[in-house]
Amino acid sequence: MGETRQEDLLGSEANMAMLLKERKANSAWNKLKRNKTAVIGFVIVVFMAAAAIFAPLLAPYAPNAINPGIPFKGIGYQGHLLGTDDLGRDILSRMIYGARVSLLVAVGATLVGAGIGVLAGLIAGYCGGWLDTVLMRIMDGMFSFPFILLAMILITVLGNGIVNVIVAIGIANVPGFARVTRGQVIVVKEEEYCNACRVVGVSHAGLLFAHILPNCVSQIIVYGTLRIASAIISEASLSFLGLGIALPTASWGSILRVGRECLTTAPHVAGVAGIVVLVTVIGFNLLGDGIRDVMDPKMKQ
Amino acid sequence: MVKMIVKRFLQTIPTLFIVVTITFCLTRMLPGDPAVAILGIEARQEDVEAMRIKMNLDKPLPEQYKSYLAGLATGDFGYSYSYRQNVFPLIASRVPNTLNLTMAALFFALLTGGVVGIVAALCQNTLFDYIFMVLALIGVSMPIFWLALMLVLQFSVKMNLLPVMGMGDMSKGLGDVLRHMILPGFCLATIPMATFARTIRSGMIDTLSSDYVRCLRARGIKKWKVVMIHCLKNSLPPLVTVLGLQIANTFTGAIITEGIFSWPGMGTMINTAINNRDYSLIQGTVLFSAIMFVFCNMLVDIAYMMLNPKVRAGKG
Repeated sequence: MGETRQEDLLGSEANMAMLLKERKANSAWNKLKRNKTAVIGFVIVVFMAAAAIFAPLLAPYAPNAINPGIPFKGIGYQGHLLGTDDLGRDILSRMIYGARVSLLVAVGATLVGAGIGVLAGLIAGYCGGWLDTVLMRIMDGMFSFPFILLAMILITVLGNGIVNVIVAIGIANVPGFARVTRGQVIVVKEEEYCNACRVVGVSHAGLLFAHILPNCVSQIIVYGTLRIASAIISEASLSFLGLGIALPTASWGSILRVGRECLTTAPHVAGVAGIVVLVTVIGFNLLGDGIRDVMDPKMKQ
Repeated sequence: MVKMIVKRFLQTIPTLFIVVTITFCLTRMLPGDPAVAILGIEARQEDVEAMRIKMNLDKPLPEQYKSYLAGLATGDFGYSYSYRQNVFPLIASRVPNTLNLTMAALFFALLTGGVVGIVAALCQNTLFDYIFMVLALIGVSMPIFWLALMLVLQFSVKMNLLPVMGMGDMSKGLGDVLRHMILPGFCLATIPMATFARTIRSGMIDTLSSDYVRCLRARGIKKWKVVMIHCLKNSLPPLVTVLGLQIANTFTGAIITEGIFSWPGMGTMINTAINNRDYSLIQGTVLFSAIMFVFCNMLVDIAYMMLNPKVRAGKG
């Protein structure tokens, strides 16, 4: 059906232009732009990412500059836009620098999880048989641990520090990515073009990475975007429990931890940090939902 | 049907085995020497050696693994030195507290989330729908430990309305226990509530526009009856899947938030175990939570089979 229509349209130049215009309007990016909530999510994400990248330019003070004379000052105190914490550190500056750590951890952990998980999923889905069974049983086993508990134990094994938090949350993320990828691979590898590739003698690796993987990517991106949102919360939870980023390094979780300790004397510390985390997570969730609607209308809820 | 349930039940066995193995490996990888952790840093070398032999730590790993499995089979989860009692009864004494809290939260979430989801679907694209869906979006994105802090600040510190420590005393009546449960319960209910509302809303919107619903209405069946009986029933399968995930989520939430409310459940115990490097207790709690999860997933799958007529008829 599509072919005949295209042939008709190709008849005249005007129709050709129309076809190109239509194709452009239906590109993923333009579809995303038309999705209002996705745009809101995108703006939030870009805003937070910009704050993280340009932290040294934006932050009015050094994040760890202690000023014991002015602890627990409220919002708007003498140039401290969001007040100060227990040691008189500027909260706005700490939040901006914290964005660096928190977003780095969230994106890094998602990439680690995706890297291992997608590979495992590809292999399991493509090879099938005993390899599939063994890999997916291990994933099931890992999935059986409460996410945060697995991350907590891994942190205890690895020790504190940014890299270790990334690895811990990343490993806890592996089974999810493996499942999503495997599910997709199983569908894609039966498609006609994959059979055609096999017939013309494309190698297993070539087929897997050049033909099957690109057709699984959209689902992986959707899942990944939503996982970044939850990784932000995981980092905050771990640091909040004292298992993630250790003080004095500013991360949103470690700021919340300080906020908990001075909840009654300076509630704005926890208040501000929590709202920023909430807004960022909403941003990633909106963006993820938006990408899902664009990439796969069938999955639209 | 029975065959499928049995099959699903048998499937949990390899998963459980892997769970046990992963737990064993993880706890062996924990830094530090468990014998030193029990005896203290100032312990004499020969005492530590004696303890290591007593704890089977001198044997090679496969041997340790074997005796660990044998211990589990007889219900021996080891000894918690930070609580000075055996791990199994310790966990058994804490689990009901966490279950009470999470089940109450889930029940509340299902009720309110369900009502909101149905109403939002019926008033689709009205102001009410928009407001509730924005609230649901905020709900699913909420860092719940932060919500816990804010609730404590507002209702306990500022307004002094609700207690914040512990879980109340049954001897003071049920009211006291319920009052203690309101804040942590509401906190844990937030994410499931929002998720249920979203799931039911989208499921209902799908079914409300389907042909059989129009047909039922055309036959003169009352709207509330169509909605509550026919539509709701067909929106249930996705809800069951989500429910399974939310049980896990709520438990995870309990691990993080119980400490804030000093709720004496699994969460506070896990935190104590990790902070004190109490190896047996870490191993026990991790294993126990994982086993609970495996069975929850199994129950969800079985419920799903029962709700799906294709599976029920043995075709699926």
